[in-house]
Amino acid sequence: MDTQATDQGRPDSMGHYGPFGGRYVAETLMPAILELEAAYNTVRGDGAFHSELRELFQNYVGRPSPLYFARRLTERAGGAKIYLKREDLNHTGAHKINNTLGQALLARRMGKQKVIAETGAGQHGVATATAAALFGMECKVFMGVQDVARQAPNVARMRLLGATVESVPSGTGTLKDAMNEAMRFWVGAVRDTFYVIGSVAGPHPYPKMVRDFQSVIGVETREQALAALGRLPDLLIACVGGGSNAMGLFYPFLEDNVELAGVEAAGKGISTGKHAATLCAGTVGVLHGAKSYVLQTEDGQIVEAHSVSAGLDYPGVGPEHALLKESGRARYVSVTDSQALAAFGALARTEGILPALESSHALAFAMEEAARRPKDQVVVVCLSGRGDKDLDIVTGEAAKAGGAL
Amino acid sequence: MSRIKETFDNLGKRGESALVGFATAGDPDLERSLGVLRAMCESGVDVLELGVPFSDPTADGPVIQRASQRALARGMRLSRAIGMVRELRSSVSAPIVLFSYYNPVLAYGLSRFYKDALAAGADGVLVVDLPPEESGEMLAEWEGRELDLIRLVAPTTPTERMRTIADQASGFLYLVSMTGVTGSAGLDLAEVAAETARLKSVTELPVCVGFGISTPEEARAVARVAEGVVVGSAFERLIEAHGGERDLEERIREYTRSLKEAVQGAGR
Repeated sequence: MDTQATDQGRPDSMGHYGPFGGRYVAETLMPAILELEAAYNTVRGDGAFHSELRELFQNYVGRPSPLYFARRLTERAGGAKIYLKREDLNHTGAHKINNTLGQALLARRMGKQKVIAETGAGQHGVATATAAALFGMECKVFMGVQDVARQAPNVARMRLLGATVESVPSGTGTLKDAMNEAMRFWVGAVRDTFYVIGSVAGPHPYPKMVRDFQSVIGVETREQALAALGRLPDLLIACVGGGSNAMGLFYPFLEDNVELAGVEAAGKGISTGKHAATLCAGTVGVLHGAKSYVLQTEDGQIVEAHSVSAGLDYPGVGPEHALLKESGRARYVSVTDSQALAAFGALARTEGILPALESSHALAFAMEEAARRPKDQVVVVCLSGRGDKDLDIVTGEAAKAGGAL
Repeated sequence: MSRIKETFDNLGKRGESALVGFATAGDPDLERSLGVLRAMCESGVDVLELGVPFSDPTADGPVIQRASQRALARGMRLSRAIGMVRELRSSVSAPIVLFSYYNPVLAYGLSRFYKDALAAGADGVLVVDLPPEESGEMLAEWEGRELDLIRLVAPTTPTERMRTIADQASGFLYLVSMTGVTGSAGLDLAEVAAETARLKSVTELPVCVGFGISTPEEARAVARVAEGVVVGSAFERLIEAHGGERDLEERIREYTRSLKEAVQGAGR
């Protein structure tokens, strides 16, 4: 388990990934962001910091997470072998804890006793509340009012962990609005509060820092693939909302001859306009502190995203993904709500695993892609989270569809 | 000489501070917004800040968020805000500063934005989420630099950084009165005085202070220490409360006059 990352020259010293990234924030926040960057650069090369994080990963999170060969899912898809990187088995049930422990450790180093976070599906909120409880910090989580309703179990978990959940009614009441409100709160509380951003989005250094903390996913996958198969996989697949589990999986493979595919949420279909496929159907713009692809009108107003999965329901995406798209190093595809729900059902019944709806998008594409490939190829899917939080949505959708998934 | 510099020079000769008024373009609707802005300028606003609404205003409190939503719902956009500058310019002599987030400007086109804003009669531009670190891209498209790019400075800005920002600035410097979003409560006048003095120690440019100033008493106190007093959310509160009423413009005039009197009577 290596928690120390190298940056392969990206981003540059100003936080740019080619034409993307940067720091587009009001002046009130700039000094805090510069302070954070300096603090992060210090711990990045600090062995004591990384050994503490490694110890937490091993004994608290339960890392390394398994790389599991999904035999029956593979048979059902009928082609390449499908392996699952089981981030759903982490403590708190998703990959988000990798990042929140890293940032909470950094917050403690910086002497900040209060943390805030935005959350969509609630996984990052739960992971932040968990880290805050572990370190005895005060925690406030901003969550869109619509997400509070559709991810009620996670709201209860955050409250039980001692966090305050602020329901955000503005806009569409989803992840974008939660992040707006978290940034506004941070503007007022910046002197003593650490903002734990949950994705590879936001102003520099967040995209780099979150990528580094999540790289443990790819580093482990690499070691596990080499041990189990004696070679690297042919294709890596992960869902992309903001893109943190995908970036964490892809990053340690960027220099290898391994295909990378990010799966966005096509919602009700890209042609309907009700989707969250930012890289597939968006244009370049600035949102939440970084330049990247966004869903926007031709006048530069951000438009509502839609996905059955609250964690993917976001009209922006991390800037490093924008660069990987432009360079062609990774490809980005999209999967609809109904395809994701079907994949949820398929994994549940073939493997006895209930995946998060976010991860179900990656699974749907993986089954399609595996079917097209010969049996000696290997596809790794990041199973970024477990599906317990989505049971109401999935059973509701199943009822609408006449009982079956 | 730029209209902004001329305005501050003239006021300075009389020992007066400027009343800087902010309103969101297109609030409550396109027509009445023009009436509001004219009323502000005719009754005492020395510098007009015209807010371009953005869907995700992360530096703004609830009042300007709602104003932005109303304006967007009525079809306001950057091209129309520039059109409003052109219309105002025929009757308004006060400098006009376009106040925007970066994304609408980027979508409009950086070079086209500069040319169109200048041709319409704008004098300055303030882009809330564009710190000096990121503004090279935009300034590279500004041929001749005839528009002032107004820079923000905050209480959290270290003095050395203030100096760097001030060295690249023109027109005036906008000092954020508190660590918070626009329209926040809890204005601390002693802190404003201290922060203004700290900023003045590194610049000769006029300093305008804004965020959370709403009463004539607050405006007077700030005018004693700074060359300009910015009032924004308070105008938007009036528009929100009386936007549908016939006497909206008269209320705006009355409120503007009360602020102007306070600022003039401050005696800097």
